[in-house]
Amino acid sequence: MTIFPYRLEARSTPSSLMQLAVPVMATVATLLIGFLIFSLVGQDPLRAMNAFFIEPLSSINGWSELVLKASPLCLIALGLALGYRANVWNIGAEGQMLLGGIFASGIAIHAGDASGWWTLPLMMLGGIVGGMIWAAIPALLKSRFNTNEILTSLMLTYVATQLLIYLVSGPWRDPEGMNFPISAMFGDAALFPRLYGDWHWTWLKGTRLNASVFLTAIAIPLVWIFMRKSFAGFRMNVGGLAPLAARYAGFSDKRTIWTSLLLSGGLAGLAGMGEVAGPIGQLQAGWSPGYGFTAIIVVFVGRLHPVGIVLASLLMALLYLGGEAVQTSLQLPQALAGVFQGLLLFCLLGCDLFVNYRITRRVIAHHAA
Amino acid sequence: MDINQASNLTSSAIIAAIPLMYAGAGELVAEKSGALNLGVEGMMLMGAVTGYAVTVSTGNPWLGVVASVFAGLAMALLFGFLTITMLANQVATGLSLTIFGIGFSAYVGKPYTSAAVRASIDVMPIPGLSSIPVLGPAVFSLTPLGYLAFIMFAVIGWFLYKTRAGLVLRSVGESPSVAHSVGFPVVGVRYAATLFGGAMAGIAGGYYSIIYLHIWQEQLTSGRGWIALALVVFATWRPGRLLLGALLFGAVMALQFYAQAIGVPVPTQFLAMLPYLATIIVLVLISRNRNTIKLNAPASLGQRFFATH
Repeated sequence: MTIFPYRLEARSTPSSLMQLAVPVMATVATLLIGFLIFSLVGQDPLRAMNAFFIEPLSSINGWSELVLKASPLCLIALGLALGYRANVWNIGAEGQMLLGGIFASGIAIHAGDASGWWTLPLMMLGGIVGGMIWAAIPALLKSRFNTNEILTSLMLTYVATQLLIYLVSGPWRDPEGMNFPISAMFGDAALFPRLYGDWHWTWLKGTRLNASVFLTAIAIPLVWIFMRKSFAGFRMNVGGLAPLAARYAGFSDKRTIWTSLLLSGGLAGLAGMGEVAGPIGQLQAGWSPGYGFTAIIVVFVGRLHPVGIVLASLLMALLYLGGEAVQTSLQLPQALAGVFQGLLLFCLLGCDLFVNYRITRRVIAHHAA
Repeated sequence: MDINQASNLTSSAIIAAIPLMYAGAGELVAEKSGALNLGVEGMMLMGAVTGYAVTVSTGNPWLGVVASVFAGLAMALLFGFLTITMLANQVATGLSLTIFGIGFSAYVGKPYTSAAVRASIDVMPIPGLSSIPVLGPAVFSLTPLGYLAFIMFAVIGWFLYKTRAGLVLRSVGESPSVAHSVGFPVVGVRYAATLFGGAMAGIAGGYYSIIYLHIWQEQLTSGRGWIALALVVFATWRPGRLLLGALLFGAVMALQFYAQAIGVPVPTQFLAMLPYLATIIVLVLISRNRNTIKLNAPASLGQRFFATH
């Protein structure tokens, strides 16, 4: 019997070079597999890759769409990363985001003509509170009844979807909306100002970019500081890396669960608010292209680090744009974006092996004949 | 409610329970070996779309079911390769399997969203038994896959607790390092259990698209894979309780449709929330006592295994 001549050997410390190299390796591997997929479905792979990855970024409009899509992904992923570092697996960001959008829309719809300067800040608050309420349920069940937060937060996403459909097809339906499941368009006071249209930033001429992206821009350094400099962030980190040490140091599990879920739920809710009051401008039945789930990929590809998350959210946004681009230019289904996102994560998870292990030649004992 | 309605309700409860039985049983066996595969939903969707596509193009639903099994196997193989060979985090890999499955099934299923299956798999009443009131039409007038689901539970119970191979599988799940040191093939056992889970999730998905709903659309299984995962926890990793749990959920879903049909004055969206809310409730009930989970969960569940010698 021949023995495979190489074996895995655990590294004594994780390789920091590999930590950085693995995302690059994974991206290259994804591109290669993408190349193969395009060849298999009978497309000219070079042309398809160009349409998917290069063309979307060939104009200022493309870049602004990239930022618009990356912004909610980044916001949600930042919150999730806090929890994942602490081993609290909030999978229900999608539902929390929907609730944030619902709460914000409720304020916009009910404020109506009475809106003023306070409408938008109140909607932000509403979005955060909505997301937090939805995340507080798994937090309560986890801390009080030891219930698995993966399953409960996910179940609540399905409940949130139904709630959204109920609202836009019932009480909040636009009476002039031809029976479509959408609310009325929000008034100007309930919308984020457009950087070109309202603020006249001429270099962004023709783009849809609006002020909601600044929410993300502000959140990035704040989350980074919270993770790296605050005691609460430290406690959560220790809880994730060494639960026993955390318990010995007197750090409370329950506090970590609540902090993780409330922060990630609040940020997801805020992202939902940013969408309905930003690019969309109303509440719709299917307004989310699954940002809450894609953000999970962003967290892993970004290595649970704020800087990595910013880069990963841009990459994921590019995959969304690429999906839309090949749909119009090559008539390929938009769902291809999800395929690429999944592939990227698989490649990353596979390549991760090299952070903690190395491949060495097997020492084969030679027996005398 | 007259006897006819009772019979219909029981019957639709059992039919709704069958995919949960398959997906749950597969996941139970995988988890017994220590492999926590959160990708059930993704494997089911791939099974559903592949089975549907093959049924539409060949006109043979049985070929469709076989294709579903292979789709589930392929997805499980991917999970096994990443977590068992490449030692990736099981939670992250399972989640990405689901996300990937949602995207990939939507992609390959696009041409089939408007296609109809010409033939499905018919019910096969058992002569004599099927004429028992209420129970007859519900339990003894199933499709062959329905009977197989019940038989499978008996086989799994026997395999896990009465055979040597089942004992090896459980010991791998409890302590892979001990199992390895006494010479059990830990990697092989985990691969086999994971693949079984994939095959069963594939059937469950195929059952949805080919036999139960006769359609394909994006996210057809709408979270049933996650409910199956929750049922395994609810069952405290015991096949008998899993069967009960699946039937209970079948009943919840049947009641939901029944309430819609008789026009209960509650918006349909709230009725559609019922299975998800019921899942949360049963999870709370079973996890309330910390020890129930701790004592029953396979000790190495979700942990990677790396042989150092």
